[in-house]
Amino acid sequence: MDLFFQQLLNGLTIGGVYSLVALGLTLVYGILHVPNFAHGALYMAGAFVAFYFMESLGLNYWLAMLGSALVVAVLSMLAERLVFHKLRNAPPLHDMIAAIGILLFLEAGAQAIWGADFHRMQSPYGQLVEIFGLTTVAQRLLIIAGAVVLVTVLHLFLTRTTTGLTIIAMAQNRDGAALVGIDATRVTMLVFAISGALAAVAAVLYSPINLVYPAMGHLVITKAFVIIILGGMGSFPGAIVGGLIIGLAEAFGGFYFSTDYKDLIAFVLLVVILSVRPQGLFSKGAH
Amino acid sequence: MKLLQGKTGWALLIALALVFPYMVSNTYFLSVMTQSYIFAIAALGLNLITGYTGQFNLAHGGFMAIGAYAVGLLTTDYQWGFWTSFVAAGAICGVVGYLVGALSLRMTGHVFSIFTLCVGYIIYLLIEKWEDVTHGAVGVMGIPAPTGFGGLEFESAKGQYYLVLVFLILGAYIMHRIVHSLLGRSFVAVRNSEALAEALGIPLARTKRLAFVLSVIYAGLAGGLYAGVVRFLGPDLAATHHTFELVMFMLVGGIGTILGPILGSILVPWLTQSLQFLQDYRMVVFGPVLILLLIFVPNGIVGTILHRRARRAAALREQAQAANAPAAASSTPTGARHA
Amino acid sequence: MLEIRGLTKRFGGLTAVNNVTAHFEAGRINAIIGPNGAGKTTFFNLIAGTHAPSSGQIIVKGEDVTGMRADQIARLGVARTFQATNLFDQASVLDNLIVGHRLRTRSGLWDVIMHTPLLKREEKLCREKAEAALEFVGLNHVAHRLAGDITQEERKRVAFALALATEPDLLLLDEPAGGVNPEETVGLADLIRKLVDHGKTVCLIEHKMDMIMSLADKIIVLNYGEKIAEGTPAEIRSNPLVIDAYLGAEHAEA
Repeated sequence: MDLFFQQLLNGLTIGGVYSLVALGLTLVYGILHVPNFAHGALYMAGAFVAFYFMESLGLNYWLAMLGSALVVAVLSMLAERLVFHKLRNAPPLHDMIAAIGILLFLEAGAQAIWGADFHRMQSPYGQLVEIFGLTTVAQRLLIIAGAVVLVTVLHLFLTRTTTGLTIIAMAQNRDGAALVGIDATRVTMLVFAISGALAAVAAVLYSPINLVYPAMGHLVITKAFVIIILGGMGSFPGAIVGGLIIGLAEAFGGFYFSTDYKDLIAFVLLVVILSVRPQGLFSKGAH
Repeated sequence: MKLLQGKTGWALLIALALVFPYMVSNTYFLSVMTQSYIFAIAALGLNLITGYTGQFNLAHGGFMAIGAYAVGLLTTDYQWGFWTSFVAAGAICGVVGYLVGALSLRMTGHVFSIFTLCVGYIIYLLIEKWEDVTHGAVGVMGIPAPTGFGGLEFESAKGQYYLVLVFLILGAYIMHRIVHSLLGRSFVAVRNSEALAEALGIPLARTKRLAFVLSVIYAGLAGGLYAGVVRFLGPDLAATHHTFELVMFMLVGGIGTILGPILGSILVPWLTQSLQFLQDYRMVVFGPVLILLLIFVPNGIVGTILHRRARRAAALREQAQAANAPAAASSTPTGARHA
Repeated sequence: MLEIRGLTKRFGGLTAVNNVTAHFEAGRINAIIGPNGAGKTTFFNLIAGTHAPSSGQIIVKGEDVTGMRADQIARLGVARTFQATNLFDQASVLDNLIVGHRLRTRSGLWDVIMHTPLLKREEKLCREKAEAALEFVGLNHVAHRLAGDITQEERKRVAFALALATEPDLLLLDEPAGGVNPEETVGLADLIRKLVDHGKTVCLIEHKMDMIMSLADKIIVLNYGEKIAEGTPAEIRSNPLVIDAYLGAEHAEA
């Protein structure tokens, strides 16, 4: 039974990370209607920037996380201005290829600066703790707590502040929003910034457990895509629920079936569900 | 430029390719070119599904890996002959492509691309983890070179160069036939607007599947040649960055043209080679170059040239037509462009 | 020619088309009008096979086509145009039209690779049909112009030509005069009349009332997905229900 709860905790941990990443992805998709393949690279950039702040500048964990979130938010906004904005009239194929271009640039950059090796990120929460009779690394609890806090803050921001509501308005109807005077540029940049910050924080939360390396964004981003397709592209609750489901499925599937193939779970789920419902789980009705 | 049109242009290029081995002093350059040709075949395939039919298949590299592993495993683990394995590689990719296509082509646009990205990942993970069959991370080694026949050998760099060149010419010719036929026009119609294509009586599912299967067979056979030329394989072959490279080749040369992907596959690796001095920073330029191309030269080299030529030809034909039938036209192409 | 019985289409909670029954005679110009959002394009989508109806029947030339795919219905002789026509802008107008006759051809992959006589014959046929269609709509002079360089009105004509190349009996035209000025509208109306003179049946959706009134033999009025009136232009013009439906609705005459 202990093992069950252990896996539950693991599932919630990784699920929390997935949810944060998927949230950032779904926010951008809701506004831009382009899948931002570079999102995984922003995740990776978040980890490396924090790593740099901690190792080279000696900042503490929390300051590094904050700094990293800011840097990646800026990177994300730059990506929007310099790339996506310029391609807004091009066919969707070009948007996707451009996102890949950003991805390649960031990954190659990280590799050029820090090499392809794995790096270990130190965190003040590496000690073991006991909770509900389970022993676990404190960092895992931090991840879960962090995810919950961020999701709540984001939810309140989106539904209780004017800026947040303008984001939702734009996601629902871009032209209509423009008509009522919502500044599309400002909103888009804000969404990209938030998206980048979420990815960075998720990465900094998870890195102490999982190591830092240039390709670390690959699997995470692909799973994040699975999550938003299943949960509904542009759907906030879909991203959260989807993230948790995949996280738990991986933790339990990996433990009870096979650790080797646990990464396949998300993709197999996607294949199965999309074969039955090509429009995804949560999209409404026929077109 | 006039010289490079139509059949004379192609004949010239083929002639150049035939004498290339005698122009280089080093077998190293020959092997690089051979590998470029292999990727060109794969790029031609990707161009069919993405450039002509408008579906961005991110699993394309994965299919190339399937073809390569089919040849690699059948020849080393099961002692099959090279050419039988080669044909099997194409058949396997065709079948897998048909199944994946049937599943994935019900989705359009972004969802299709994301789905194929995931399929590509599944292929990579399976190759890496299914050690019993694929040798996992250890890879497949000692793959035999393509078996010679009729006095020809395919083990030397020169022999392999000519072998692959023949396949490239054949592949390009067949692709040319396809895209300029009614079938090719159906693909383009699907790309322009699926709703309109359907309204014109084109069966969407069947047409997209056909393009998909054809494209992955190209990838698979390219992979088979890769196995016979490079002679060892690792799971890395199925990694997404190979698909991204193919996309780059297509883009530089020109999406939706025949010469484009071929030109890109030759030019880009050569450029990256000559940038060796930048070492690690080489890859850093890859991304920005891709983006700059998309913004400023989305049609690629060949595409832009062809487009300009088409414009000029259209203008000339119209003038000729107007000269012959002065009573006809009322409208002139002034500012009436449509975005 | 076209018989609609109790056609209904529901999207989740919204009923876009509600129990519409109508009869369209061959060789006539039928217009479907109604305020924005009345369900006109959905109605077309149902007939053309883009959507499957929730209930009801569609009978074309005596054959029940309910639930058939759009490409199957096209092959039966139903052609349609869209509000926006997506052409391959970087190819010539004529080049764009050649695929129009594809549905009447049989060549497949084998013919393509082997370059069979069948393929050669059919490609020639498609080109001839394309040229004929282009001539019919009066755009011979732009045959070789790049499709991206033609005017909106010419684009609308090309859409007609594309539909004609499929050799249809019935043409569904969705806002054929959208975005063109009054002079050009008259020209397009003449073209539509020419279609009927050559034996085609036409159904069109339009917002331009003067065009409809002078062109249509029969008008059907939809509002909120339901048929509220049916008759000749004169009858429709004086129908109180129709006037009521339009008053207060966003109806702009171009």
